[in-house]
Amino acid sequence: MRLNELPLECQGIIDHVAPVTPADPIARRLEEFGFVPGEPVKVVAFGPFGGDPMAVEIGFTRFALRRSEAARVVMQPRQDSGHTLDALDPALHTAPPAQTERP
Amino acid sequence: MTTPLPQRVALVGNPNCGKTALFNQLTGSRQKVANYAGVTVERKAGRLTTASGRVVQILDLPGTYSLNATSPDEAVTRDVCRGIYKGEPAPDLLISVVAATNLRLHLRFALELRQLGRPMLLVLNMIDAVRSQGLEIDVPRLQAELGIPVVTAIGVRRGGAAKVLRALDNPIQPPPPPLPDDADLHAEIRRLMALCVRRATDRHPQLDARLDRWVMHPVWGMIILLALLFIMFQAVFSWAQPFMDLLQSAMDQLGALVGSLLPEGILRSLIVEGVIAGAGTVVVFLPQILILFLWILALEESGYLPRAAFMLDKLMASAGLSGRSFIPLLSSFACAVPGIMSTRTIQNPRDRMVTILIAPLMTCSARLPVYALLIGAFVPSRTVLGVFNLHGLVLFVLYAAGVLSALAVARVLKKRDATEHPLLMELPSYRVPGLQSLAIELWQRARIFLSRVGTIIVTLSVIMWALSSFPSPPAGATGPAIDWSLAGHIGHLMLPLFAFIGFNWQICVALIPGLAAREVAVSGLATVYSVGASENDTATQLAPLLSAHWSLATAFSLLAWYVYAPQCFATLAVIRRETGSWRLVWVSIAYLFGLAYLASFLTYRITLFFTG
Repeated sequence: MRLNELPLECQGIIDHVAPVTPADPIARRLEEFGFVPGEPVKVVAFGPFGGDPMAVEIGFTRFALRRSEAARVVMQPRQDSGHTLDALDPALHTAPPAQTERP
Repeated sequence: MTTPLPQRVALVGNPNCGKTALFNQLTGSRQKVANYAGVTVERKAGRLTTASGRVVQILDLPGTYSLNATSPDEAVTRDVCRGIYKGEPAPDLLISVVAATNLRLHLRFALELRQLGRPMLLVLNMIDAVRSQGLEIDVPRLQAELGIPVVTAIGVRRGGAAKVLRALDNPIQPPPPPLPDDADLHAEIRRLMALCVRRATDRHPQLDARLDRWVMHPVWGMIILLALLFIMFQAVFSWAQPFMDLLQSAMDQLGALVGSLLPEGILRSLIVEGVIAGAGTVVVFLPQILILFLWILALEESGYLPRAAFMLDKLMASAGLSGRSFIPLLSSFACAVPGIMSTRTIQNPRDRMVTILIAPLMTCSARLPVYALLIGAFVPSRTVLGVFNLHGLVLFVLYAAGVLSALAVARVLKKRDATEHPLLMELPSYRVPGLQSLAIELWQRARIFLSRVGTIIVTLSVIMWALSSFPSPPAGATGPAIDWSLAGHIGHLMLPLFAFIGFNWQICVALIPGLAAREVAVSGLATVYSVGASENDTATQLAPLLSAHWSLATAFSLLAWYVYAPQCFATLAVIRRETGSWRLVWVSIAYLFGLAYLASFLTYRITLFFTG
């Protein structure tokens, strides 16, 4: 599943960012923005025309991105971890990578 | 050996870290805005006085998310930080500004900067907002872990930069050893956050989420956006008008006063009709520019502008642009000058260039007098389809022709470029704009416009005056004086080319002084047709004359010409100023005149075909 397929108000955990070209500047910028493995990301809004672009939240920070850009972000398969996600503090969230679940 | 005190420092940080407010706080009005040599990136420099009274040079580098530059601004920041920017001495201290409310994102760039191995000071800005997030930051611990001095600041509050000013009196500390090259910066951030950030209360920030639920709602969000745009447009169009009239009459009175003091002759004519009239066309724009910029700065500082770009992105993407282009283009309906100046909010340089190129196609308010004159003279005022007035319908067609052509031009320009232009941007937290910062930014815009753009416009208007005044008609000559001048000769020389599109020599001659500003063409025509110079009823006297002398095809052809022709020195001067290149000015002139000629030709021939 990719970030662009995530429904409104839903949270998921980022698996990795998949570049579409060898030196994909958008993929690099996504990683610099903190779209890194293990981070929870939540969809907060969709644009008024055709649901594009979309707005997502990582921690306290919100980002706007087009769906084609969001398609680079591969999500971890959804598990029944809804309650653990709710318990995560948006500021302090994510344990060190060693503790994050890997499929 | 004593360690030196910092002499030249640079502010570096992410966009939205409150860096500009902090810079304004540190320097007050002692700042200078220019461009970096050879690029159009804005260079903001200033001087600050430290707590002990030392004067330190400070540079406000463009905000960037990383040293992997994706735009010219970011490349400037990267190169200045590395100390390799040509013509810019390396700063001896980098002041890395991070928003304390957004450490997860901003610390990454601070860590990247630390890897450069240069002396650094970290400023935790917006420290007051952290408490409302319910968080607590252990500053001494963060300082120890980072190995660089850390101070806190509140950029938007008076005196909020005191700790920064004190820290600049400390000797420069050697930089800590960088992390290994392959270190995972995100892992380091997690480590630092786990050690230094503590949740003090159980409050979560709700403001952003609550506001965004409305502001980015597909329906309510659009209503809010339209309401804001409507008020903005209204402000630019009508609230500015009394001030513009006031300035215009003040300039007219100044001209009359100077005219009465100077003896009749060339000098008086030069000063009154060349210099003062030229300066008048400049200062008259000022109210519009200030009102528009007050709005745009307030929307930008409050965090709303990126949301507006989000709402409109899909719409603008259909023309190959991004949501950021919308407000500059909308502003251009009032006047392309503030519209082009506001393209600074577009980060992508290519989007910015395309927006600047198509902005003159938005029908500005200066075209209205010309449209009103010609429509009034040639289009019968009758009702069409029951509800529409034919006058209004023609006016609408003229506006629509401009917009549709702009979309077409944008698509053509974008088609040559296959790379993907991302929207990807941060939606910063909402905040109340700082008044001092707003005032300083507004003052900068006004100064740039008056000094840089103003000088070009006054120079050109003096040249126009000379062309229309020399040589003066011989004694006993008949006909308007302008016909004997150089402008008259040029007008007659242009005639063979313009006869194809239905223009007579009077139009050609009037077009030349009309190059200075579009509305001047009306008084130009009045001069050529020897209508009395009293300004109030020029149009009413001119209209019957024109409908008697011109064919319908000629009138329509001139209307089509005005949709496209770049007859406005102010616009061209501002393009020069904003892009730093004459090349783009020439490109604009060439393509707009090309389109104008083509449109007039088609209009003329088609109208001629139908009307015989």
